[in-house]
Amino acid sequence: MGGAHRHLLIHEAGPLHRLPAQCKLAATVLFVFAVVATPREQFWAFGLQAGLVVLAALIGRVPLLSVARRLVIEVPFLLFAVLLPIVGRGPRVDVLGVSLSEAGLWAAWNIVVKGTIGVAASIVLASTTPIPQLLDGMERLRVPRVMVAITAFMLRYGDVIGDEVRRMSIARQSRAGSTGRLGQVRVLASTAGALFVRSYERGERVYLAMESRGYTGTMPVRSVAASVRSWVLCLLWPVAAAVVALVAWGLQ
Amino acid sequence: MSGGVELRGVSYAYPDGHEALRGIDLTVGAGERVAVLGPNGAGKTTLVLTLNGILAPRAGTVTVGDLPVVKEHVREVRRRVGIVFQDPDDQLFMPTVREDVAFGPANLGLRAAALDAAVADALATVGMSDAADRSPHHLSFGERRRVALATVLAMHPDVLVLDEPSSNLDPVARRELAEIVLRLDVTVVLVTHDLPYALQLCDRAVVLDEGRLVADGPVSEVLSDEATMAAHRLELPFGFTVAPPAHC
Repeated sequence: MGGAHRHLLIHEAGPLHRLPAQCKLAATVLFVFAVVATPREQFWAFGLQAGLVVLAALIGRVPLLSVARRLVIEVPFLLFAVLLPIVGRGPRVDVLGVSLSEAGLWAAWNIVVKGTIGVAASIVLASTTPIPQLLDGMERLRVPRVMVAITAFMLRYGDVIGDEVRRMSIARQSRAGSTGRLGQVRVLASTAGALFVRSYERGERVYLAMESRGYTGTMPVRSVAASVRSWVLCLLWPVAAAVVALVAWGLQ
Repeated sequence: MSGGVELRGVSYAYPDGHEALRGIDLTVGAGERVAVLGPNGAGKTTLVLTLNGILAPRAGTVTVGDLPVVKEHVREVRRRVGIVFQDPDDQLFMPTVREDVAFGPANLGLRAAALDAAVADALATVGMSDAADRSPHHLSFGERRRVALATVLAMHPDVLVLDEPSSNLDPVARRELAEIVLRLDVTVVLVTHDLPYALQLCDRAVVLDEGRLVADGPVSEVLSDEATMAAHRLELPFGFTVAPPAHC
């Protein structure tokens, strides 16, 4: 579980790596909005928007193969989309001898294409931005500081708690814990309980340590302001995607 | 330059009624290095937490330098008294080492260049300058302990409190940490079960048991007093002996 995030960054000093995180983060979110706002009937528009992501990946020296591999994370969400044409109502069409709902097909296409482009865009962001910078960027973008702090703690302690889970599971296996399905579930439940108590206690100790270093409720900010040039560069992507969406609506 | 600590009749009871401290009188002079020894549950950690005002004593007073530890001085008291907790994972909670070391001085109001300088200084003191941009999770346990020390040193404390600093360290990391502590020009309160470590780092030792101070003297005298040691569940590891100090 813990630690997956540290593999997301691709250590290559590409031009996208050097851009301020807040610009990249805002650009990615706006880009996704533009993609979502594009009418699903205009196939060419999604081709162009996907092209924009590929272009960003190439500029950022993110290998396209690794973007493709990471897209696998989307699969569980797509399973739902695949069901839509089968269970959908309304007029039906035959595809390879299977009768599918027309509305369901459109809905599935809509989810798959927009989801994939959006996930690909965030993969490019995560591949070119270290996590601490992303957190700084969130703060610069005025994301509520409590949320930023919670995200930071989650990332920091995800690893620590992950290690704790591993140690507990090794200790359990070393005592030849029951191997039957049902037994495992029971052991897992008690592990989860113990883990909750431990994490809760750790939370208290972390707070004590923070208080001892003068914490009074606000986290210090350490991010830098972004130049107008970086903003313009980053916003080129959402602007281009929005132009595509507008033209697509015009052609509807 | 560095201030001392004075406790007068300090008592503390936890909300469940457990009396952790019963009338502690202790004066630690400026620049002194004092080991606080005692069995598990003796009240050592409670004592530590009263030093910087995290726990307010039910009776008695705590003074750091010239400042009584009360609400209105709590910020300055927490700058003056730096506590390094036992588990570095509790102390290091920011995404990178640099941000973590900056946390304390930033809370004190340092910004920009002054903040960067404080961070760089503290990391250099513990020999961890190269780790500034790493995540604490990627450091070894010994390195994390040193960074935890840096997070406190960055606040330029007058009194450094170390809670079991040698626990879980390999012998080399243990020695390296001792060398760093010995170089520091601060008052040190060392809470430990590691008696040879107390002997190496401190001039004086006090023994705490059931919330009371039961011994106080030069560290070699306390450690060589077998009767007192045995009465309070303290003993040197196998193969160690401490000669009592020669009286002139």
